[in-house]
Amino acid sequence: MKKVQFKGGIIPYLFVSPQIIIILVFFIWPSVMAVYYSFELQDAFGTSSQFVGFLNYQDVLGDKDYYNSLSFTLIFSTLVTLFSLGTGLYLAHKANEVIKGKGLYRTLFIWPYAIAPAVVGLIATFLFNESHGDLYHFLNQIGWKFDPKSDPFDAQVMLIFISSWKQVSVNFIFFLSGLQGIPRSIIEASKLDCKSDTRRFWSIIFPLLTPTTFFLLVTNITYAFFDTFGIIDTTTRGTPMGQTKTLAYKIYQDGFLGADVGGSSAQSVILMLFVLIITIFQFKYIEKRVHY
Amino acid sequence: MKKISFSSLFSHFILIIFALLFLVPIWVVLASSTHTPVTILRDGLQFWFGDNFINTYKSILFEHSGYTKNVTAFRMLINSLILGFGFAIGKVVISSMAAYAIVYFRFRMANFLFWLIFLTLLLPVEVRIVPSFEVLSKLNLLNSYTGLIVPLIASATGTFFFRQFYKSVPDEMLEAAKIDGANSWQFFIDILVPLSKTMMIALFIVMFIVGWNQYLWPIMMTTKPEYSTLLLGIKEIYQSNFEGTYLPEFNKAFAMTILALIVPVAIVIIFQRWFIKGLVDSEK
Repeated sequence: MKKVQFKGGIIPYLFVSPQIIIILVFFIWPSVMAVYYSFELQDAFGTSSQFVGFLNYQDVLGDKDYYNSLSFTLIFSTLVTLFSLGTGLYLAHKANEVIKGKGLYRTLFIWPYAIAPAVVGLIATFLFNESHGDLYHFLNQIGWKFDPKSDPFDAQVMLIFISSWKQVSVNFIFFLSGLQGIPRSIIEASKLDCKSDTRRFWSIIFPLLTPTTFFLLVTNITYAFFDTFGIIDTTTRGTPMGQTKTLAYKIYQDGFLGADVGGSSAQSVILMLFVLIITIFQFKYIEKRVHY
Repeated sequence: MKKISFSSLFSHFILIIFALLFLVPIWVVLASSTHTPVTILRDGLQFWFGDNFINTYKSILFEHSGYTKNVTAFRMLINSLILGFGFAIGKVVISSMAAYAIVYFRFRMANFLFWLIFLTLLLPVEVRIVPSFEVLSKLNLLNSYTGLIVPLIASATGTFFFRQFYKSVPDEMLEAAKIDGANSWQFFIDILVPLSKTMMIALFIVMFIVGWNQYLWPIMMTTKPEYSTLLLGIKEIYQSNFEGTYLPEFNKAFAMTILALIVPVAIVIIFQRWFIKGLVDSEK
C-alpha cells in the first residue's frame, strides 16, 4: 500500500460502500441462501420445506447423471482449453513474426472477442442444422454420418469446436501482447545463438510467456465451465440424452427449469468450492509472479 | 534470402486461412440476411448480397410483426445499449471509488473489505441462479433496468484494475496535493480521475462489451418483452424458426444476429488499442 495516505474516519467507508452494499445484497445474500437451501427439501409446490442435513449432497453425489455431467465438463474444458490456447499461441506467434500486415492480422483475430457466446451458438445452430446447414452437409458428404441431434459424440465434438472458435481471440490477444513485451534485444541475441525457429521458440520465447500461459489456463477453464452456458443453451441444451450438460448448465436446468431447488443448490455449493480451489491456485501463482 | 521469403509466405498463408475461418460464418450470415426467405429456403445459405436488404432490416427494426410480435428490434437495440452503457458506467464509477478507498486510506476494515470484494470472483451468476432470482423478486426488481444492471456491476475485476493503477501513481502526487491543502475528495476528483482517464476509457470499452453480451442474467430477470435485449430477441427468433409451424423467415433471424454483433464488433475494431489495454491490464 501507499506510504502516504489519508487518515481514516468515515470517508473511506463512503467511497467503498456502493460496491460493498451491492455485493452484500446480490452476492452474499443469494449465496448464503444457496448454502441454506442445499440442506433443505422443498415440496413440489415450494410451499413447505424441511431440514434434511446432507441428503441433497448424498443425492447429488449418488446420481449417475451428475457424474455424466462432471466427466463431460472435465473433458470438454480440457479440450477447449487446449485448442484455444494452442491456436491462440500459434496465431499470435505467426502474426508477431510477419513483417507486413501485422496490424491487419491483429484486427482479424481480435474481433471475435466481441461476439457473445449465445450469438456464436445461434450462428452455429444454423450452420450445423440438418435442413439448411452447410457444415452439416459438408461433414456428411465427406463420409461422417454427422448427426448432433441424436449422436452424443457428434454433439460433443460440435460444442468443443464452437466453444474453442469463440475463445481463440482472447488467447491471441494476451499472447500477442506477451510476445510484444519481450525485449527486442533478447530476440536478436537468440537469433545469433540459435538458427532453428522452432527450437528458439520453445527454448527462449515460450518460457518467457509462462506467466501469460498460466493466466490463460485459468481463464480458459473458467470460460469452459461458466461462459459456455450461452453456447450450450442456444445449441444442444444438454441433448442428446443429457450428454452435453456442463455442471453450470445442469444447475440451471435442475434448479430453474426442473424446480429441484435443494439438489441444484447442493450442486452450486460444490461448484463454488471448485472455483475457490482454482482461485487460490491462481492467487498463489500471482503472488509468486511478482518475483519473476 | 529465398528461405526467409518462403517461410514468411507460409506464415501469411496460415494466418489468412485462420482469418477466413473466423470471417466466413459471419459473412454468410450477413450476406444471407439480405435475401428473401424463399431464396434461403430453396437455395440455402448465400455467399453474396441479395436485394432484400432494406426490406428485411426495416421490417425487423420498426414493425411489430412475425417473431417480434410484441416488441421491435429497435426497442431491443435500445435495451442492449442501456445494459451496455449502464453496466460500463456503473462498473467504472463504483470500482474506481472502492479502489481509491482501499489504496489511499488507512482504515480498520480495509483488508476485510478487500477480501469481501475478492470473494465475488468465486460466485459467478451461474452458480447462484435460483437464489439470485428470489432476491430480485423479493426486492421487486424483476423486469426493471435497475435489476438488470446493478447486480452485475459489483464484481471484483474493475476494482483490481484501478487498485493496480493507483498503486503505480507516484506518492509525490498526494504529498504535493496535501501541501496545497486538497482534501480527499478534491484529490480524487481533481487529480486521480483526470490521471486515470485513459484507464477509465479502456475499462469502459471492455465492460460495455461484457454488458452488451450478457445472456443468462437477462433471461432470468426479464419476462416482459419490453425489457428484451437483442440477445434474447434472436434466441426467440431462432427457436420459432426451427420449432414454429409457419414459414421460417431466416433472413430476419440473420438480420437480428447481425444487429446483435455489429455494435460490439465495431467498438472492438475502432477502439482496438484501448480495448486491448483494458483487457490485458484488468486481468493482471
